Amino acid sequence: MEHLWLIPALPLAGFALNGTVGKRLPQIAVSLIAVAMPVLSFLWVLKTLSSLGSLETAYIERYFTWIESGALNIGVDFMVDRLTAVMLLVVTGIGSLIHLYAVGYMAHEGGYYRFFAYLNLFMFFMLTLVLGANYLLMFVGWEGVGLCSYLLIGFYFVRKSAADAAKKAFIVNRIGDFGYTLALFLMFVQFGSLDFGKVFAAVAPMPVEHSAGLLTAIALLLFVGATGKSAQIPLYVWLPDAMEGPTPVSALIHAATMVTAGVYMVARSAVIYQHAPLAMEVVAIIGLLTAVLAATIGITQYDIKKVFAYSTVSQLGYMFLACGVGAFAAGIYHVVTHAFFKALLFLGAGSVIHALEGEQDLRQMGGLRKKIPITFAVLCCAWVAIAGIPPFAGYFSKDEILLAAHHHHPWMYWVGVVTAAMTAFYVSRAMFLCFFGQYRGHHHPHESPFIMWGPLAVLAALSLFGGWYFKVPNYLAPLFPLAEGGHEMALVAISVAAGVLGIGVAYVLYVVKPGLADSIASALGGFYKLVYNKYLVDELYDAAVVRPIVHGSRSLLWRVVDVGLIDGCVNGTATLARGVGGVLRAFQSGNIRNYAAWVTLGSVAVLVVLGIAVGGAR
Amino acid sequence: MTLLDVTLLLPLLGFVALLLLPRSAENTIRLAALVISLIVFVLSLGLTIPFYETPSGNAFVTDVPWIRTPEIRYHVGVDGLSIWLVILSTLLTPISVLVSWKYIDNRVKEFYAFLLLLEFGLIGVFVAWDLFLFYVFWEVCLVPMYFLIGIWGHERRIYAAVKFFLYTMAGSVLMLAAIIYLFNKAQTFDYVNILNLLQSGRLVLSSTEQMALFLAFFFAFAIKVPLFPLHTWLPDAHVEAPTAGSVMLAAVMLKMGTYGIVRFCLPLFPSASRECAPWIAALAIIGIIYGALVALVQPNMKKLVAYSSVSHLGFVVLGIFSFTQNGLDGAVYQMLNHGISTGALFMLVGYCYERTHSLEIKDYGGVATPAPVLATVFLITSLASIGLPTLNNFVGEFLVLQGTAQVNFTWTVLAAIGVILGAAYMLWLYQRAFLGETNEQLKGHMADLNARELAAALPLLILMVWMGVYTKSFLPTISAANARVLEQSKQGVEFRVDLNPHPGLAQLGEIAHGR
Repeated sequence: MEHLWLIPALPLAGFALNGTVGKRLPQIAVSLIAVAMPVLSFLWVLKTLSSLGSLETAYIERYFTWIESGALNIGVDFMVDRLTAVMLLVVTGIGSLIHLYAVGYMAHEGGYYRFFAYLNLFMFFMLTLVLGANYLLMFVGWEGVGLCSYLLIGFYFVRKSAADAAKKAFIVNRIGDFGYTLALFLMFVQFGSLDFGKVFAAVAPMPVEHSAGLLTAIALLLFVGATGKSAQIPLYVWLPDAMEGPTPVSALIHAATMVTAGVYMVARSAVIYQHAPLAMEVVAIIGLLTAVLAATIGITQYDIKKVFAYSTVSQLGYMFLACGVGAFAAGIYHVVTHAFFKALLFLGAGSVIHALEGEQDLRQMGGLRKKIPITFAVLCCAWVAIAGIPPFAGYFSKDEILLAAHHHHPWMYWVGVVTAAMTAFYVSRAMFLCFFGQYRGHHHPHESPFIMWGPLAVLAALSLFGGWYFKVPNYLAPLFPLAEGGHEMALVAISVAAGVLGIGVAYVLYVVKPGLADSIASALGGFYKLVYNKYLVDELYDAAVVRPIVHGSRSLLWRVVDVGLIDGCVNGTATLARGVGGVLRAFQSGNIRNYAAWVTLGSVAVLVVLGIAVGGAR
Repeated sequence: MTLLDVTLLLPLLGFVALLLLPRSAENTIRLAALVISLIVFVLSLGLTIPFYETPSGNAFVTDVPWIRTPEIRYHVGVDGLSIWLVILSTLLTPISVLVSWKYIDNRVKEFYAFLLLLEFGLIGVFVAWDLFLFYVFWEVCLVPMYFLIGIWGHERRIYAAVKFFLYTMAGSVLMLAAIIYLFNKAQTFDYVNILNLLQSGRLVLSSTEQMALFLAFFFAFAIKVPLFPLHTWLPDAHVEAPTAGSVMLAAVMLKMGTYGIVRFCLPLFPSASRECAPWIAALAIIGIIYGALVALVQPNMKKLVAYSSVSHLGFVVLGIFSFTQNGLDGAVYQMLNHGISTGALFMLVGYCYERTHSLEIKDYGGVATPAPVLATVFLITSLASIGLPTLNNFVGEFLVLQGTAQVNFTWTVLAAIGVILGAAYMLWLYQRAFLGETNEQLKGHMADLNARELAAALPLLILMVWMGVYTKSFLPTISAANARVLEQSKQGVEFRVDLNPHPGLAQLGEIAHGR
């Protein structure tokens, strides 16, 4: 026994402690508990992985039966294979850093203990999600992280926008989960189990479905779940709003870990997807479309967190593109590098916001590189990483994805390259607006304390060298065989050039000729407005789905059907009832002896009537 | 006297004892009610002991004559189906006593006496194995609840009480007729005997007879559930009832209907049950979606929770009429889950009412700031209610939907929409009542939960987690009893039951192929 259960149990203990007695503990004790648990969990992951060795085959621990009914048997079983190992390291490693950072960031916030209790609870569910050895246990984590996301987005619950965003996140995810659970039901009906091992063993010998069939249905329904959790078209709308949560939450949950759960789930289900090429095609196209769409919106936003949020949506699109074209390992590779640089971007943005006492508008920033140099330096590392400049982290994974896309359909590669240019552009735009030119705000920027920039420095190192150092696809090769054929240098060069071009254009627009960007925006007129307003998708959903449901339920179902029609039919009885009510009121003397007498009398009456009836029937 | 007899009769003794106490000794009465109901609860826990050895058995059976002619027997016992419903009743009674401690300040004696009488009736319903005895207990439940609503309710209490009474009576009269008809055929009221006669072929019901009897029983049960479109008594009854009345009504009384269906309708009338299954499933699914949609737009908290019950009980009925092990297990588990989470919701809404004397959602807002503990408890309960995994309702809903998926995938798809809507109405309620800026009028009125209030909520919270995580404590007994019901419901089924295990899949394939 490796006691895998300790990995999620440690943060759960942190949640239980801080959640119950945290209010009465001094802040230092709360922080100590909150940070120690994920760190211990990280150490336990390291210890476990080193003792499990090469992990060529999955290692499983079974604890107890969760649900047993007829042929259905769902166990609380944890599993570690190389895919899990990668996810465990990312979640506990990055998670620990972000917890540490949050100690500094949240130091002066009310509800400190509550924040860390939720954050620890999130770690518990996220680790359950990646450790679970069957689809239902994965779903426990899946819904659990959604709950924590709800709680943390709505952390400042007095603000209506925060409460709205939290509710939206939960309900939109529920729509995704609708698909996920339906996939599970089909799976159990078909394979008689939800265990990964049994399901995949049953799927493996099945013929590949060249026209749609059961596996395609399962794969697509699972993907519906992924579009919710990982913010893809059409369910991405909750993620930008989720930025209402405190910034460490945005970094941990809405960038580095939770939102990549969908990618993990699809990669985990690779066997199913490989048997359903049509579903793979859908995954690739949705991923690519999301990548482009979100990147265009990211270009126009002025809230620094919103820019990075759309960036996350876009980058997640890349990951699904990778899965859709069969490069699952590349997708997970991008999960890892993205976790490094996007966590850094968010935490760096948090450091900027912290320095400016809550200011998030890029138009109120500028010239900060001299005022908060450490933050600037670390953010530069994330910048080059996400822009795909070799040899930094993002370059490796994005390169793998684009090459795989080219191998699948060349046009996907080209769309991906354009998106890469846009990515480099919007990040550069944010950096230039924030750190270059003159300071446009009216706060007194101050550098963040060590406890905040310490974790940033670690993430900066990972963003710079993590992609080169951690060759994820090689490690995952036993699960996802490496693609044949070498790197085509021309394609690599083009995608790198696209990144450089993006940075260059941003430099011209925001540093060399500031003001040019605005005139281009106004020249584009309506189109720019449409993009700036996020293609009005929220408004569309509101008008097409939310309002009809609420108004239809209120005016038709409740007022007409329920009160009018059904209760109207009862009205005949109700009129009668009034008469009877009048009689019954006379019985209500308030004297208990009377009541008791009536009860007895009534029972006797029933018996007498019955005796006569039965006797008569004989 | 078995332990079951003691558990059953003690509340009745308590009822009498309370009546003998002087009216002015209000605190003594409260304390006595609490102590008696707690003793009953502890005794009822003892009823589970035999089931750890043999989950599929019957236990604590007593079978003695009660009335000679016509022969009515005091035949009681528990099995895996009833044991947990008995415990649900005995658990919620002391909780209701605690909840009413301050809330009820007039006619205290009568109130607690009726509560104990109600407990007596409820336990009786779940343990009676004689059809006439069952009917007597069924009616015994009706009386105290009628008075709980009618005397201690809100403004329109008389209307609601009478509506409740007549609705239920309309159904139970039919059931009584059916019971008498069965007696005439079988010369016995004894359920076990009748079942044996039917299964051995010594008693034969024509398919018309079977259908008529099934419908008579089912109608009575469906009103109690309540199944759409027989549900309109429920919102009124809940809104007008005092907190304890709502808690007992939602948590336990509605289960009388679903319990009756599983206990009597399926085994006694298997062919008719299966024949009607598609229609009933359709009504259940309509109820799931309709109840959720109407709950979404309720301005009154109690009405919202009441309509959510229509939705939740739809899952139970759907699970039962899937005629699968998973579906039935899920349905029975969901009966308990709904009792716990909706019972808790009504309790919490009652706490809010005690503070502000309003049930309108718009009169609340930002309660989480002055009353964080109340808000936390409410949130956990809401999450249980919307089926968050690791909490109890998830297990029930999952099993119901999984069972349904084995017979008709389209049903599953439609019913699963209710799961989405469930999150919508509960979280919207939570947001409007508990989040945001604190409503000005609430300031100074929204004290947090006190120890008594928390003590009443805590057992339910513990159960939500326990039943969500460690189902092994409960599910094996339920599963064993359901396996038996399922076996009985296959006996002598005349027409061919649809054997295609998943016609839904074929449809899905056709859709995917664009046909």
